[in-house]
Amino acid sequence: MSDRLRGYTLFASISLLILVVAPLALPAFRLDELAKYLCFAIAALGIGLAWGQGGMLTLGQGVFFGLGGYAMGMYLKLHDAGGDLPDFMVWSGVEKLPALWGPFGNPVVAIGAVIVVPVAIATLLGVLVFRQRVRGAYFAILTQALAAAFVILLVGQQGLTGGTNGLTNFYDVFGRDPEAESTQRGLYFVTAIVLGVLYLGARQLVKSRFGRLLVAVRDGEDRVRFLGYNPATVKTITFAVSAGMAGIAGALFVPVVGIISPSLLGVVPSLELVVAVAVGGRYALAGAILGAVAMNYAKTAFSEEWAGGWLYLQGALFILVMTLAPRGAVGVYQQARDALARRRGDRPPPEPEPAPAVKTPKEVPA
Amino acid sequence: MSEALLEIRGLEVVFDGFRALGGVDLTVGAGELRFLIGPNGAGKTTLIDVITGLTRPASGTVRFAGTELSGQKEHKIVRLGIGRTFQTSVVFEELTVVENLDLAAGFRRPLPTLLRQRRGVSDTVATALDTIGLGHLADRPAGVLSHGQRQWLEIGMLIAQQPRLLLLDEPVAGMSRDERDRTGELLTSIAKDHTVIVVEHDMEFLRRYASQVTVLHEGKVLVEGDVAAVQADPRVQEVYLGRTREEAA
Amino acid sequence: MESLLNQVPIGLSIGAVLLLIALGLTFTFGQMGVINMAHGEFIMAGAYTAYMLQGWAGGQAVLVALPVAFLIAGALGWILERTAIRHFYGRPLDTLLLTWGVSLVLQQAARDLFGAPNVQVDAPSWLTGRIEVAGANLPYSRLFILGLAIACVVGISVYMNRSRQGRRMRAVMQNRELAAVSGVATGRVDQFTFFLGSGLAGVAGVALTLIGPVGPSLGTYYIVDAFLVVVAGGLGQLKGAVIAALALGMLNSFTEFWTDASLAKVIVFAAIIAFLQFRPQGMFVLRSRALT
Repeated sequence: MSDRLRGYTLFASISLLILVVAPLALPAFRLDELAKYLCFAIAALGIGLAWGQGGMLTLGQGVFFGLGGYAMGMYLKLHDAGGDLPDFMVWSGVEKLPALWGPFGNPVVAIGAVIVVPVAIATLLGVLVFRQRVRGAYFAILTQALAAAFVILLVGQQGLTGGTNGLTNFYDVFGRDPEAESTQRGLYFVTAIVLGVLYLGARQLVKSRFGRLLVAVRDGEDRVRFLGYNPATVKTITFAVSAGMAGIAGALFVPVVGIISPSLLGVVPSLELVVAVAVGGRYALAGAILGAVAMNYAKTAFSEEWAGGWLYLQGALFILVMTLAPRGAVGVYQQARDALARRRGDRPPPEPEPAPAVKTPKEVPA
Repeated sequence: MSEALLEIRGLEVVFDGFRALGGVDLTVGAGELRFLIGPNGAGKTTLIDVITGLTRPASGTVRFAGTELSGQKEHKIVRLGIGRTFQTSVVFEELTVVENLDLAAGFRRPLPTLLRQRRGVSDTVATALDTIGLGHLADRPAGVLSHGQRQWLEIGMLIAQQPRLLLLDEPVAGMSRDERDRTGELLTSIAKDHTVIVVEHDMEFLRRYASQVTVLHEGKVLVEGDVAAVQADPRVQEVYLGRTREEAA
Repeated sequence: MESLLNQVPIGLSIGAVLLLIALGLTFTFGQMGVINMAHGEFIMAGAYTAYMLQGWAGGQAVLVALPVAFLIAGALGWILERTAIRHFYGRPLDTLLLTWGVSLVLQQAARDLFGAPNVQVDAPSWLTGRIEVAGANLPYSRLFILGLAIACVVGISVYMNRSRQGRRMRAVMQNRELAAVSGVATGRVDQFTFFLGSGLAGVAGVALTLIGPVGPSLGTYYIVDAFLVVVAGGLGQLKGAVIAALALGMLNSFTEFWTDASLAKVIVFAAIIAFLQFRPQGMFVLRSRALT
């Protein structure tokens, strides 16, 4: 049970760090940046669930992030416009509010759509794809194609989506000034708490029977069929949950950062999220969060110094992680911990060291 | 003889023009232990694949307790009460022995209850664990098991599924002598209260544990009967020993 | 009606380029279980080869560049296979992510070497004209690309079916272990397949200079569609790749014509998903008895 205790202690101390220390120690604009990283961490958590636990490499999480973000953005734009047309529509010569926008004037509908739309689209795609046993690399390629198509659609429908610029210039976020320091702090706390709640929920899911089933589907989908389960159902549910998380992340991102645009959602940003999860450690949910925060922090820090350097660094880091530490930072930590424990000899090593932590599950070839 | 649990009639399977099964009839009664033998390529595994939904037949019927199986999906067939093992055992290495068994036992649970964590070990799982004798490894990941132990875990998962019909595909392949003996005992005890079909190559194993045997040859049933009769049958001897004429079989 | 007919050569030439790109992907995927995201950057390398040769070969740069780009892109692919990818055989998802890292580095390298803005390669004067057939415009450049693809496919097909090395390649694709114990040096076959596939991407890059400008992210525009060709055509299938590439090229150009460009990709995506409902493993499948 010491593992459990250690888990609780770790969770408590990280919560303390995020909810108390960071707000006290950081200036408002840094806190706002951290809130942005936490948004990415929420999306990364979903990838950790779908990819790390379920073996579904989703390269299109940007789509669901975007759907959540645009739903929120549309509400904020309509609210700002106060019955008139949103500013960008006027600029692109739209005369009547498009029917698609209508329902988003209602905050309840908009916030509901943040979750419902990504979940619905992921479920539809999941049913169509997983039922036909399209999987592995094929699934990855399809999600990537979806991300590419989604961005082209957003850019092309200027009057409906704001085109390349996306939705931006929000003046009123639920009755508050988005530029005000108090709003930024408030949004930071909301984001942090949402992340915490979703993390605990995802952790519960992983530990449940469903979670064990999910791992079994990852490691031997065809075998699972002969245990009387339909892997397509298990995968579709998990994929939908991860899409919902990405939607929530996108919705929080909009008030925190003040913009949602196609350049945040395409093939490359979607891949960057996956990279962050891989660097942090795909087989642990905490690794996904850690990776997203660390990689996005590094990106900001580096881009301020030398923009091109970040691409080299990210590429090189990724090649190194994939070749030397495929289990990411968490894997390295676990290995080091086990090695240390063995050296100290405080835990007699169980004969043929099982160490599920260092065993790479076999990838199922498509 | 008790009523038929499995009835196969005129079953044909064609792979890209190759007839793997050419009109097989087979009836297995409830409570029976049936061995299925035959040289390589006889269609033994194909037959099991058809019963469990992995392979689609070109024609013919497979009825299980009155329900037609052909065309049904694999997991649906499992839910009707048919379980199988594979030649190369597949257990979930990342999960513990108990978790593997619990997974096998759990498919009848409604989906929402799967969201709860497992607390303790259910009776079904405990019984299966006891039967296969892996109690001392219950909480170890299945990845650390030896080849023989994995085969037993698979059989244990099959028991935990509580199927009405068990299909074992070469359960003693690659096992040591001791392991074979233990598997044989395990099989005998399972057969007491289950209907079992075993595909097996090993003639010695067959002589010791089989009663009813069906011999397949080139996609057709060659002979059916008890072990002694089948062994004495000249056609069986020709298929197994006089291979000079039919090397390709 | 005339403008509708004009879409045919556009669709066919896009399909031809996609085919040249997808051939390498489908062979490396089918034979080695490798998904190479850096393949797009081999296209870019081919295109920049034509750009670099312009100073020396002038108007004939495109022609001179074809063999040179094949060798350069092929060599890049070979180096990538030797240094990184060969440790990842049979792990498509890991190679996908690994090679994406490589792709990032190569793109940034191109940005630093050639600058971020797009550059232009001038087509040879004998490719600038067009002929009219039944009221449709057939630009020579598009016809040239189509001819190039046909030549490559015929070459590959002869190579795979007639040559010893090609037969070895098919053997490894169908059953690696069996090929290895039958005395095929699978490692060498893999290297050559990788070289060949990457080289074709280089050729595709040269062809693309006839269609549009060249930039560091040229490859990323085509790689996703090329992967869709692999998905729809079936793993390691020459015939499947040809049909899927041309179908995708035509579908793209016609939906762009009928709707607008931004909807075209979504429609193509939906069409692929619909197609997979009937043929989940693509048009043609290598059969195997193994349970994954």
